[in-house]
Amino acid sequence: MKVRVALNVNGEFREALVPVHKTLLEVLREDLELTGTKHGCELGECGTCTVLVDGEPVLSCLALPIETAGRRITTVEGMAEGGQLHPLQQAFAELGAAQCGYCTPGILLTATALLARRPSPTRKDVKEALAGNLCRCTGYTKILDAVELAALRMGRQEART
Amino acid sequence: MTKNEFAVIGRPLPKVDAWAKVVGETKYADDLFLPRMAYAKLLRSAHAHARIRSIDTSRARALPGVVAVVTADDLPRVKFGILPVSQDEEALCADKVRMVGDPVAAVAAVDEETAEQACRLIEVDYEPLPALMSIFDSLAHPEVMIHEYGDGPNVHKNVALQFGDVEAALEGADLVREDVFFFEGNNHLPMEQHAAVAHWARDGKLTLWSSTQTPHYVHRVLAKVLDTPAAHIRVIATPVGGGFGGKTDPFAHEIVACQLSKLTGRPVKIALTREEVFYTHRGRHPVLMWIRTGFTREGDITGCHLRTWLDGGAYGSYGVASTFYTGVINPVTYKIPVYKFEGARIFTNKPPCGPKRGHGTVQPRFALECQLDKAAEQLGLDPADMRRRIVAEPFTKTANHLTVTTIGLGECIDKVVEASGWRDKRARFGVSARQAPRRSPKKRGLGIACSAYLTGAGTAIYWNDMPHSGVIVRADRSGGVAVLCGATDIGQGSDSILAYLTAEVLGIEPKDVHVHPADTSLTPVDLGSYSSRVTLMCGMAAIQAAERLRDAIFKAVARKLEVSPAALVARERKVGVPDDWDKAVPFARAVELGEALHGVLAFPGSYAPPKRAGKYKGGGVGPSPCYSYSACVVELTVDEDTGTVELENVWIGHDIGRALNPLLVEGQVEGSVYMGIGEALMEEQVFRKNLHKHPSMLDYKSPTTLETPDIHTILVETDDPEGPFGAKEAGQGPLLPVIPAIANAIHHALGIRIDEVPITPDKILKALDLKRAGKPARVGPERLPLFTFKEPLVVESAFGQPAEAVVSRPFASDDKR
Repeated sequence: MKVRVALNVNGEFREALVPVHKTLLEVLREDLELTGTKHGCELGECGTCTVLVDGEPVLSCLALPIETAGRRITTVEGMAEGGQLHPLQQAFAELGAAQCGYCTPGILLTATALLARRPSPTRKDVKEALAGNLCRCTGYTKILDAVELAALRMGRQEART
Repeated sequence: MTKNEFAVIGRPLPKVDAWAKVVGETKYADDLFLPRMAYAKLLRSAHAHARIRSIDTSRARALPGVVAVVTADDLPRVKFGILPVSQDEEALCADKVRMVGDPVAAVAAVDEETAEQACRLIEVDYEPLPALMSIFDSLAHPEVMIHEYGDGPNVHKNVALQFGDVEAALEGADLVREDVFFFEGNNHLPMEQHAAVAHWARDGKLTLWSSTQTPHYVHRVLAKVLDTPAAHIRVIATPVGGGFGGKTDPFAHEIVACQLSKLTGRPVKIALTREEVFYTHRGRHPVLMWIRTGFTREGDITGCHLRTWLDGGAYGSYGVASTFYTGVINPVTYKIPVYKFEGARIFTNKPPCGPKRGHGTVQPRFALECQLDKAAEQLGLDPADMRRRIVAEPFTKTANHLTVTTIGLGECIDKVVEASGWRDKRARFGVSARQAPRRSPKKRGLGIACSAYLTGAGTAIYWNDMPHSGVIVRADRSGGVAVLCGATDIGQGSDSILAYLTAEVLGIEPKDVHVHPADTSLTPVDLGSYSSRVTLMCGMAAIQAAERLRDAIFKAVARKLEVSPAALVARERKVGVPDDWDKAVPFARAVELGEALHGVLAFPGSYAPPKRAGKYKGGGVGPSPCYSYSACVVELTVDEDTGTVELENVWIGHDIGRALNPLLVEGQVEGSVYMGIGEALMEEQVFRKNLHKHPSMLDYKSPTTLETPDIHTILVETDDPEGPFGAKEAGQGPLLPVIPAIANAIHHALGIRIDEVPITPDKILKALDLKRAGKPARVGPERLPLFTFKEPLVVESAFGQPAEAVVSRPFASDDKR
């Protein structure tokens, strides 16, 4: 059975006609062509498919689009505003926090939620927030560094405005 | 040349593909969607070993939405495999399955769900055969033959090499140690599951996009198994979402997608599930090891004899190379005057093992470094000092005829010893230090280990005299430069390295360089992203091509400025005479002058390693242009009550030759350390009732941010004459010492020896129980297989001979030949 789902993705109103059991991950990738969201296990174990729903990290491989109707969904494609990269994206690129880059979208979004909740996180805070996102390339070191750098820059930005 | 003379080299620049990756624009194989694309699924065997009596696909064919169903009957009956000597795989099994997960049929349908459903409708009639699930099983049942080829029943490969009189050397030793170790197998666990899209177009030409580390080898295999001219096949490696060796073989799913596309006239995508990735495997071999080494009172090694038994799984894969690698790299690290190695790879009914980061050398490194630690303890020597004393000599040959160039290991040891506070902490921590508070179950320990690894295999997988890596550099009138190279970026940054080196030579910015990688119809061959070969081999080819372009441009600019070409330099996007820089010509203008003089500016660069293979059978595995070195100190806490290990700090010194980009090198080192930690403490690919015990990311434990300690990377530069601007590898070597350093630190903390990885809490508790009972506090393998190695090939030891002064390198530019 197919259902019509209406989603607010990255500030855009999008509709799709999909089988009722199709996951948010699949709808984003296959129906809305937002392939920036990746899959690593499709069982909710690796964090690779993380998106934000109303600002909170959600594993899109375990979420159904119907559950997210009317709520704000943010994918990696929606992180940059206008021509400006999100400070996390900038820091990840500068510090080499993305190697193969496959886990990067999920980690960026998880970190976005962390920084919204806790603008000046300690290293331990960052580690705990990202403990559900596996990365096999980096040893996490550069990822932790990049989140801290972004937090610092966002704090400075805040102070200026 | 000092660092300051470089404009690009040595700078911590972002990777050229970083921007696409952080905004989600990078297109991995599964991100490709083509019009009319069908989706394929493989039906895989649920039997570990069985004859196929018949396959009935009629119900699957009748399912609405199914566009094609294929079995072995729909493919040419041609076996394949990565190594010419092990052509033992079938895209779809015809008569027999040899493991759970072997593909037997495939479906293409309008969507993945329909394809899956159709697979369940295929009926396969199997005649089960006994399943051999361990080295011991396979050797005990020669009557059950997994394959019809090899060096004996269920023996894929049996090798024995001897360099000098090892028995005599051991006889003269003050201490001879004989130890047995086991290293459990584990998976690469790349975050991206393998995926491929095939499009067999109506002009009869096939394009395959695949998440592969070796597009050139996939190209060759497709031509062979699809019985189609290679000239009509194009393989494009999409950016790889993590490889670590797991995407280095040609795979059944790639071949099947191509055939389904041919039959349906539609593009076909196939994407493996995580479970399928575990069964596709090609990961770390489980290896049982026996090692006997002689030492003098001062800690020098008098000789070493190593035996390895590899559990190969159901197919050959890289296994012959893996077998050699368990033996041949060991003598590169320390002075080992005489050496004997015997190794055997045994077939079992499990997913095939293959190359994982550190290919074949990780397991014996664990054995050797743990044994050194035991010997140091027995001899009353500091394990760091002992290693420092026996570091191999630069620019010499090893017992097994490998030529070693620069060695920065001594400096690596010194630096990790100093940075970690080794001397102080070794005295303060540890079981003998009676650390306070005594009531706490948490004991601290510090351990050290070292290693070496090749910077690119010295020989190709198939015998040939052609370049191992090729690059074409093309300048256009805009001042942009295109670099075409078959190399595959698997996250290690090969695209970036190509851009940096080209920019350095031409005096432009990396942003001005457009890298076009890994497309067999456009790019010169690069053999693939394996054996830590890419930076060195592509790098050397890129430098040669860029220098040829620069020479052409210089010739034209020299005419214009009426100076000698030798007076010109290229820097800051200009070409000119340093003392008369005002007249320097912008790079784009210089390209125009060059094109006016020469025509199109496109130049090739080629690289093949120096021909230095030892002149004995088997001498082709092990040679490398140069070797990287690493030293590692691990600081940890072990809980005596629970057996849990908490890592606190890892210091790692790595001889990188030269860091072309220190940020990328650090990233490789940190990733290697992390992966070593996973292998040491938790990761294992094990089986129960013929099935993978935990083929999911939840059950297969790997380290998260919380298990990964602070990693302190120290880079040592030795400016190797073989590498591009002196660079060596970084992607694999630093994994090696981490695992034994952890084992040695656990011994330091508790006085127990766990001679088997992964070192899980149950093994630690068992060893503590033994210790309390007054028994030897060791947990590890208790028995060895009954097995006869073949008569060794006896060759004189080349230990200590000087490296050839002049190296002949094929394709080198005239002045550097």
